Amino acid sequence: MFWNKEVETIDRKALEQLQFKKLSAALRSAATTPFYKKVFKENNISVEKITSLDHLIDLPFTSKADLRLSYPDGMVAVPRSEIIRLHASSGTTGKSTVIFYTAKDIADWADLLARSMMATGTTRDDVFQNMMGYGLFTGGLGLHYGAERLGCMVIPASSGNSLKQIQLMQDFRTTVIHITPSYALHLGDVVADQGINTPDLGVKKAYLGAEPYSEETRDKIQEQWGLQAYNSYGLSEMNGPGVAFECELKNGMHLWEDFYIMEIINPDTGERLPDGEAGELVITHVNREAMPIIRYRTRDLTRIIPEQCPCGRTHRRIERIKGRTDDMLIVGGVNVFPSQIESVLMKIPEVGNNYQIVLDRHENLDRLHIRVELYSKMFQGDMEGLNRLKKKLVEELKALITVNPRIELLEPGSLPPSTGKAVRVIDNRKI
Amino acid sequence: MPQQISIFAENKPGKIERISGILGGNNINMRAITIADSGDYGIIKILVDRPVDGCKALKDEGIAATLKEIVAVRIDDSPGGLHKAASELAKNDINVDDAYGFTIRGSHEAVYVFQVKDIKKTEKVLQEAGFSLLGDNELYFL
Repeated sequence: MFWNKEVETIDRKALEQLQFKKLSAALRSAATTPFYKKVFKENNISVEKITSLDHLIDLPFTSKADLRLSYPDGMVAVPRSEIIRLHASSGTTGKSTVIFYTAKDIADWADLLARSMMATGTTRDDVFQNMMGYGLFTGGLGLHYGAERLGCMVIPASSGNSLKQIQLMQDFRTTVIHITPSYALHLGDVVADQGINTPDLGVKKAYLGAEPYSEETRDKIQEQWGLQAYNSYGLSEMNGPGVAFECELKNGMHLWEDFYIMEIINPDTGERLPDGEAGELVITHVNREAMPIIRYRTRDLTRIIPEQCPCGRTHRRIERIKGRTDDMLIVGGVNVFPSQIESVLMKIPEVGNNYQIVLDRHENLDRLHIRVELYSKMFQGDMEGLNRLKKKLVEELKALITVNPRIELLEPGSLPPSTGKAVRVIDNRKI
Repeated sequence: MPQQISIFAENKPGKIERISGILGGNNINMRAITIADSGDYGIIKILVDRPVDGCKALKDEGIAATLKEIVAVRIDDSPGGLHKAASELAKNDINVDDAYGFTIRGSHEAVYVFQVKDIKKTEKVLQEAGFSLLGDNELYFL
């Protein structure tokens, strides 16, 4: 199903022409902002000399640090009176970054999300329960506007309060949910604890986002709820959710190239990589009046799928985000992504859905602890079974990440349950 | 066949306190308790008068508990009493995974409780050697 078939199936040549036209406009607009005025001057860039899409690589990257430096409004390209909303990132790793939107930006973003949702088969007949946090975070309001644009009945439930969520799902026959993967797993358990067979709730689709997760986690959520789960990708710097979305075929996320120009680079050298190679995703937002951002380093690691999707959309797909350049853990010199650890844990039915990765240093050696809860229903009552489970976890993890982890088996419910973005990694190493 | 409750517990203070509180609160009486420890965690094994209810009460509180079948054999409460039963098991190459025992109040008898892989075979061996096995009700209401 297409929301805007003409744009979604546009031929590549016409798409590139459209991208260039929008890029030129975005650059002219950016050049009026204090931040880019300075950057362009320092790098001897004149916007008129950018005469093809290929010239994009001559432009410098924009980083998270640049956004912080230009806080609060150094990248704004329109008068204050044109701005109707702002969103801000959580700022857990420093000062928060702020994104501004004009009325057209909000409307275009909603349209893009309506397009994304329809690509998964959602229509105005669906009841959409949005369990992402509302507020400064883009996840909640972003899909809220998109679902309204599409014509769904929207339940703005926000995150947390599991019993209320279940009540809403039952009373209003929710068919589509938007939820973080960790909360989906937790809520599924809460539903089962209420004596309800989770699939009986009748939820057909879930949009999962806001935190990295593995394919195994998706499988687990699909099985637990009896629904189809779709990956979505977004970041507040690029509006929020809806930058890329899976279609019904669920084989990679279509990145909407009429809004965004994507590149994959080598994160160490900044060099652009050919389609199909894995690296850091870099995005230029060419469809935002209030705040154009050029060559933004997302720090997310993925690859472009070069082949066209059989669904007919010509916008190229990106693979599931493998990790972030900054969430990679270096344990005893070995690169480990939390998503790798998660993929192993989700395959083993004897452990629960909640886990923690704890790093510390003992006598100058890194130690990786993985804390998992025993899944009550799988407990056989004998020590032998527990020791076997522990050994299996160590062996499977070691085979994948090459680091020897120490497994801590915990009682069910001893780790804090996730109701939003889960804190999975605790690094106690002092360097 | 008699059953005990086996409970997964982290090796931390307050675990027995919590479990005994739940059982007591549900008016369930304990006959014997033992802990198998493995460093960070262990298995607490409890023989109670109403194992099914006890196990459910614990599970309802979110505790990883399960019922485990056991063999309970009556032995003499005198020197060498256990040895006689253990000899029969050894003779038949039966390995005891886990065991505990207690005496019966006001008698000269004791009960030896243990886990084995093949319960049927074990019971047969002991019965043929003249030992008296305790069935569920007998055991729970000693």
